[in-house]
Amino acid sequence: MTRGVFLFLSAFLASGVEMVEALTVVLAVGVTRGWRSTLLGAGAAALGLAAIVAVLGPAVSAVPLTTLRLVVGGLLLIFGLQWLRKAILRAGGYKPLHDEAASYAKERAQAQYAGPEGRTSVDWYAFTVSFKGVFLEGLEVAFIVVTFGAAQSNGVAIAAAAAAAAFVIVLAVGTIVRAPLSRVPENTLKFVVGLLLTSFGTLWAGEGAGVRWPGSDASLLWILGLLLASALTMVTLLRRRRARAGRSLDPAGARA
Amino acid sequence: MKYIGRFFRFWYDFIVGDDWRVAAGVVAAIGLTALVAHRGFAAWWLMVVLVIVVLIGSVRRGAR
Repeated sequence: MTRGVFLFLSAFLASGVEMVEALTVVLAVGVTRGWRSTLLGAGAAALGLAAIVAVLGPAVSAVPLTTLRLVVGGLLLIFGLQWLRKAILRAGGYKPLHDEAASYAKERAQAQYAGPEGRTSVDWYAFTVSFKGVFLEGLEVAFIVVTFGAAQSNGVAIAAAAAAAAFVIVLAVGTIVRAPLSRVPENTLKFVVGLLLTSFGTLWAGEGAGVRWPGSDASLLWILGLLLASALTMVTLLRRRRARAGRSLDPAGARA
Repeated sequence: MKYIGRFFRFWYDFIVGDDWRVAAGVVAAIGLTALVAHRGFAAWWLMVVLVIVVLIGSVRRGAR
């Protein structure tokens, strides 16, 4: 039960964050170059990602569970620690926050100067940029869905449902506002996703390594709490260090 | 040859990311935990401590 809830939450938030970033690219290219080729590119990328999940999902299920948890846990730990590291550095003021409005403006400028459409009916610039944006942002989500699914029964279904829910919500909000979702607190979400992925990674990699967790699945809660406390302590120390060095904190960085 | 190089570069960047020491630290943490667990000792605390040590090291390097 605990795992299922955290699994859904992790996949939902990770998918949501990546989809917000993909939406920015699709919107910028679509508004500037036209929607047909842009949506074709985004659709092709979505199909590619679905194919990866469909092929890898059953394939990894054939691997013995202990080996799988070791590998999957290790991968989740690497992904989670990278997300968490970036989020801590951003919250501490040591790395600029991801700015969707700035990304949108940059993509639009590049799309405007990319040259006119060719003679074919497909605008290949719009198709390629949109495809790359959706595929690359979605690849990590596809891996999270597959790895979650592999390490727990019904995992693929839970993670895929979470990713689908995030897709519907981001698409609906994006369609309504027709602008990059710059008000989504991306760093805070990345902080939470980093914590969840690292917690799952620690639990599964530990099980794969032969660890017997006291309280079994309930260990996820104290691991999460300990990681949260450590991460918040690091943010506080980084902010103090930055203040002592005489550099003012990035006001946006203080939000996370 | 160029495409094969790009292919591997892409997967290296995707999995290892911008701090290879995190990946190396995770592998070392799992290895050390497995060693202690298979000798019959309680290793659950060690895994968590090592993960936090890897995180602290990576954040410190990023804040330099």
